This record gives sequence, C-alpha cells and structure tokens, in this order.
Amino acid sequence: MRSAPDAVHTAIDYTLRQDRGRLIAALTAAIGDFGLAEECLQDAIEVALEKWPDSGIPKSRRGWLLQVARRKALDRFRRAKNLKEKSAQIAVLEQAEADAPADTHDIPDHRLRLIFTCCHPALDEKSRVALTLRTLGGLTTEEIAHAYLDKPATMGQRLARARRKISKAGIPFEIPDGEALEERINSVLSVIYLIFNEGYAASSGAAPIRIDLCEEAIFLARLMLRLCPDVPETAGLLALILLTHARRKARYLNGAYVPLDQQDRRLWDRKRITEAQAILEKAMKRGQVGACQLQAAIAALHCETKHTEDTDWPQIVALYRLMEQIAPNDIVRLNMAVAVSYAQGAEPALELLEPIAESLKNYQPYFAAKADILRRAGRDQEAIQAYGYALDLTAADGDKAFLKQRLEQMAQKDT
Amino acid sequence: MKYLALIYSAQDAGPQPNTPEFGQLMGGYQAAGKKYAEDGVMLAGEALQPVETATSIRIRDGKAELMDGPFAETKEQLGGFYLFECDTLDDAIKYAKMIPTAEYGTVEVRPIMSFD
Repeated sequence: MRSAPDAVHTAIDYTLRQDRGRLIAALTAAIGDFGLAEECLQDAIEVALEKWPDSGIPKSRRGWLLQVARRKALDRFRRAKNLKEKSAQIAVLEQAEADAPADTHDIPDHRLRLIFTCCHPALDEKSRVALTLRTLGGLTTEEIAHAYLDKPATMGQRLARARRKISKAGIPFEIPDGEALEERINSVLSVIYLIFNEGYAASSGAAPIRIDLCEEAIFLARLMLRLCPDVPETAGLLALILLTHARRKARYLNGAYVPLDQQDRRLWDRKRITEAQAILEKAMKRGQVGACQLQAAIAALHCETKHTEDTDWPQIVALYRLMEQIAPNDIVRLNMAVAVSYAQGAEPALELLEPIAESLKNYQPYFAAKADILRRAGRDQEAIQAYGYALDLTAADGDKAFLKQRLEQMAQKDT
Repeated sequence: MKYLALIYSAQDAGPQPNTPEFGQLMGGYQAAGKKYAEDGVMLAGEALQPVETATSIRIRDGKAELMDGPFAETKEQLGGFYLFECDTLDDAIKYAKMIPTAEYGTVEVRPIMSFD
C-alpha cells in the first residue's frame, strides 16, 4: 500500500488542480468562513503529505482531503474561546462527519457561490482575478505571480489581503438574488474576460512561455456556463473567447502581428469554431441579447467565411449598431468605423472616427485602424502619419513589427 | 455583523440649504430612515455639525494639544453616519446605497471589529 513520495506529490498536485474549487466551496459551505476553509485545506494537505507515503494514496483523494479538512475545522472550533457562537457550525460539521464515510461520498458542488465570493465587486479588480485563478482555477500562487509578472511574495500578500477582507467585511458566500444577480454575473464574466485578455496579450511580444491564461479562462467560462446554464451572456462569453482563441495560430507570423484580413484561415481551429457557433446559436434563441453574445456573433461571422472578401460586412455593421445601443462606448464606435469602412467605404468611416478622436488620442488601436482605413483609400501621406502615431503608442513587439512592415511597404510604393 | 456607513462629501457639493433640491435631499434621508426602521437594521444614525465646529485632540508627552478643526485638509469631510446591523456586506451595501449623499459624495462602509 505504500506510495513513493513523488507519486504522493503528483497525486496531491493533480487533485488540487482538478478539485481545489470544489473542496474550498464545500468546506466554506460547511464552516461558513472562506479564509478558514483555505487554512483547513492546507492543514489537510500537510496531513496527506505525511500519511499517504505509508498508507497509500486513497481511492477518493478529494473525499479524503475534505474529511480531514473538516476535522481540522472541528478541532479549531472546539478550541475556540467563543465556543457557544460556534455551536451551530460544530453541529453541521459533526453531522457531515456522521453522514459521510471518507472514501465513497461525492462532494456537493457549491462552486457557483464561491465564484460570486471571489468576483465580489468590493474586492479590487486584480485581486478578483488572482483569487479566482487560485481558488477556482487551482493555480498556485507562484503560477499566478508568474502569469502577471509579479513577485510570488507580492501575489501571496494580495491573496491574503483579499481573503482577509472576505472574512472581516462579511462578503457573503451565496448566490445573489433579485436585481443584484445580473450585475454580479457581469462582474464574474468580466473577471473571466480579463483573464482571457491577459493571456491573449501575453501571447504576443517576446514574452516567455507563461501559464496559458486563455485556457484557464476557457475552463472558467465552461464552468460558469455549466453552473449558470440559463444566463445567455454566460454562453456568449464562452463562445466569444473560443472564437477569439480559435484564431490564435494565425495571429502571428514570424513574430509579427497578422491582421484578420490577411490571416491564413486554414490555421484556424475549426473544431472550436464549430463548438462556439453551436453554443452561441442556442444562447441567442433565448432572445436576451447582450454585449458578449453580440461580440461573439461578430466573431462568428468572421470565422464562418473562408475568404476575407466574402465577409458579410453590412451584417457586422448592424451588429455593432446594436452593440452601441446596449453598451455605448468609444471602443465599440471604433470597431464599428472599421466595419463601415469595409461595408461603405472610407468617407463614412472617417466621419465616425472624428467624434471619438479626442477620447482615444492615446489608444494605439485607434491610430492603427485609422491608418489602415486611409491606406485602403489610397490616402498614403495621411496613412503614414497615422501609422507613425500608432507605432509611438505600441509596446508589444509583434504589433511593432507589423506596423513597421506596413510603413516599409508604403515607403517602397512611393519610390 | 455591525457595519458603520460613513458619509463624506465636499461642503460645496450637492444641494445647498433653502433650495428645492435640498428639500428633495432631506426627503431622501427620510425615506431611507423609514426603510431602515421597517427592516430593523439601523442601530444609530446621526448627522454631524460642519467641520468648522470640530476640535482635534492629541496627547503628546502627557500633554493634551487641542486644535481647531480636523488634522487633514481633505476636500470631502465626514458629515454623518449610520450604524447598521446586517448579515452580510451585501446587505450593508444595499442600505448604504439608499443614503442620498452617495449621489454626489462618498459613503464608506466599514465592518465593526468584534473582539472575540
């Protein structure tokens, strides 16, 4: 029955990667304190490291860990000064102990409640992201620090601060009800989208290989859809990030960014595109359109066409107009202007750019888009100027390489 | 849990006395107070005299130093507070959102520390 220490480590790492969220959620539900749940799970892991080499790795590893963590919580409660106040929780834990033999039972899934806790808007945005990756994604503190180019100690402090706030400020472990629900779901979706975007940005530039935050975001979006199947925006987000991620192999060629209209479409991941289309179609049938679904619908239109020339630009413009109605902002207007340039030509597109020029004057994609519209309209001098502005605002190496290529091509054309 | 909602605003911000808007503001406070009473969540709630009436005290080397006004010259000043009894931060936020000054000032919600 003995297990080699290496095998024990691997088993524990694997279990935590898979089931950390479930374990923490089940423990928090039983103990009523998220911070304490983390501590008790940590205690249980230490016991496992000590015992499993002799006793062998149990059949239900998460069941074992949950039971030991619950006992650790009971010990803490029984030692507590305010024993009376803890009596309700002690009763819950004793009941759980009596009901559940360790190796057989399955863990009830309370992860949705946990997601709402980790993505609570009373926490700082970066902390929401880190806590979600740590707790639901099962990443280690070191991995998260590495992904966000932070020191592990700094990330550890951030996580500790967030857990302390959850405990001390009484951030609830529950599914919000009524009108708060939609707002809170949006907060969860935006955390997942932030994680995806960070991974997406990191895949450019000369960045070393990082934990694949895109895959983490896809995992979390799938989880959210499984736990909240009746919220179409949840499906919209999953479809959107699947579609965006499906094009990743075509986005860079020899380290330079390749714009959508020049990507080698054979490199797109057809399997994920098909999956995303099905998810999106089902969601849109509910008739509760939202920003994620619309963005996904636009991405789906791009992915459906085999050749750039066949893109249904009027339809894309129509979707951006809808988007401007539900989520009016200048980034949407910028994207709409690009679609208009393809559907109707440069003049109406440039007219759309004028009112947003001031607010986006430090936004690289504004100048990159404007430059491209001007270039396609044959207004070379103005285009070169706009490419220059874009280059000044560019940090990522891959984007720089692309803009330099464009400028060189235009200079050659002139001579 | 107990939560203190601290109400901050700049003196020149928001409706000024003897205007119809000021009447609306007061009406907003009345409505909030009624809701707090109905739900039984309010332990205390007071408005403070303006900050010019404040006296700050520091004891240094065993000697009390008094100062006219607050230490820090900040734009937003503490103007009043509510003490709520709520189960969770979400509930406390729900009631704090009803404080009319939140529309032009800031309401800070802080849990009360329990020593147990």
